[in-house]
Amino acid sequence: MSEETKSNKFSRRKFVKGIGSSIAGGYILSPAIAKAAKKISKEAKDFSEGKVPLSLKVNESVINVMIEPRTTLAELLRDELKLTGTKVVCNHGECGGCTVLLNNKAVYSCHLLALDAAGKDVTTIEGLSSNGKLHKIQQAFVDEDGLQCGFCTPGQVMAAAALLYKYSKPDKQQIMKEMSGNLCRCAAYPNIIKSVLSAVEKSNG
Amino acid sequence: MKNFEYLQPKSIAEAAGYLKAGNGTSIPYSGGTDALVMMKDNLISPKKVVNLKSIPGLNSIDYIRGEGLKIGALVTISDLAEHPVVKDKFKILSEAAESIASPQLRNVGTVGGNLCQRPRCAYFREDFDCLRKGGNACYAFDGENKLHCIIGGSLCYIVHPSDLATALLVLNTKISIASGEKINEIPIADFFVLPDEDFTRENILQSGEIVTSIFIPDLPEGTKSSYIKFRERAVWDFAVVSVGAVIQTSGSEIVSGRIAFGGVAPIPWTESVVNSKLINRTIDAHIADEIAESILSNADSLEMNGYKIPLAKNLTKRILTQLLM
Ligand code: FES
Ligand code: FES
Repeated sequence: MSEETKSNKFSRRKFVKGIGSSIAGGYILSPAIAKAAKKISKEAKDFSEGKVPLSLKVNESVINVMIEPRTTLAELLRDELKLTGTKVVCNHGECGGCTVLLNNKAVYSCHLLALDAAGKDVTTIEGLSSNGKLHKIQQAFVDEDGLQCGFCTPGQVMAAAALLYKYSKPDKQQIMKEMSGNLCRCAAYPNIIKSVLSAVEKSNG
Repeated sequence: MKNFEYLQPKSIAEAAGYLKAGNGTSIPYSGGTDALVMMKDNLISPKKVVNLKSIPGLNSIDYIRGEGLKIGALVTISDLAEHPVVKDKFKILSEAAESIASPQLRNVGTVGGNLCQRPRCAYFREDFDCLRKGGNACYAFDGENKLHCIIGGSLCYIVHPSDLATALLVLNTKISIASGEKINEIPIADFFVLPDEDFTRENILQSGEIVTSIFIPDLPEGTKSSYIKFRERAVWDFAVVSVGAVIQTSGSEIVSGRIAFGGVAPIPWTESVVNSKLINRTIDAHIADEIAESILSNADSLEMNGYKIPLAKNLTKRILTQLLM
């Protein structure tokens, strides 16, 4: 992917997020809605009494937040930290769309209490590339066309990244086993495996 | 999912205290892979969730040759599956552990949690006021009962979902339960509860009691073991039927052996009449057929699950052939 398309993509995403907040801002002008908003913020305040502090590392930055204990790691990442690369699909620990690394092991972020990540290192898809350079797994997915719609892709890439922490030179069987917790509704599996194999080959010279 | 207070006890006694004081509104929580599903689906809405992971000392695997293997309740399924001694000496256990759910869930789920998970019966999991949830009917009895039990059911027809339970039953495991000041060690066979004893629970744990570890006696030289799990999907699925076996041989003789089944009964299932046929028995061409014919002789299937009987017999033949031939 060229630098230009990449930056276009990022700004499109920012644009979408921006629209969401400006619409909400506009509505506040109506008095009825303003009243409702006041009520909501009062409830929110009551809720905040149930919040507890959490400190963890996300993509190498230390994060300190106050959250409700019921918050999942995926909710923390997406809703609080706006790291929306992590996708929530089933929200039940069944599909792998939300896969992130916790201390370099793959976990379903939708199915882990954020508080269970306290003191640990979380890596999301946003933290995989460094200095604008794609991680070798990401690059391999681009080169080998390891996706169709792309919705499962962040989870697939993170599962593959975890695999490389576990095995330096995984074979096809190991790849299939370690990535078996990630569903792809487009059934792009052959190219997903091809992508991971090619990343493995490249990194082993 | 309703909000809750997340408590971080530093000792078993502290955790037990929280659980008791909660009077049914507190739950023990380790990996949470099952508890979180129950909470998200509002099957349970605890006020307090007691995080057992904050208690030190419950997550190691220790092996003493000639004595056995002690596994802390908080050991994750993936750490168990990949432990070198488990892989080398207790193959049935590493194979059972590897067959559980998916890599992501194995990295989080724990041994203790796996043994205490709730049943997968769709009526229990969905919006049915079933017997096990305090209602007054088992909807599986004349409903969709393809995945339900073929033996040991009465009033309620769940199967026990734990793969480890089946493997550990074959291995004559003892389970340690912290109860008040004491730790009681009991045979794992006594841990599980059939519906005719109490159809609202799957095990004997009372409020405030916590599984702390399991102990597997070492296997004698010449012992082989295996776990075969038949499921509808190759990954992330529960056993339709599973079989685990441990067999000690000497030359062309079986010294002793044990077989147990998952997916057939509300508890992990073993039969002494079958196991007794695996003591001092010469290995011959008929043995796998003969043992397979003798299993589950009291099975009484429901409308849609009769296929589990030949399935269990065939898996028995397969595991015996694999271990003996
Ligand atoms: S969204 Fe987390 S596993 Fe499906
Ligand atoms: S590429 Fe579409 S779901 Fe996987």
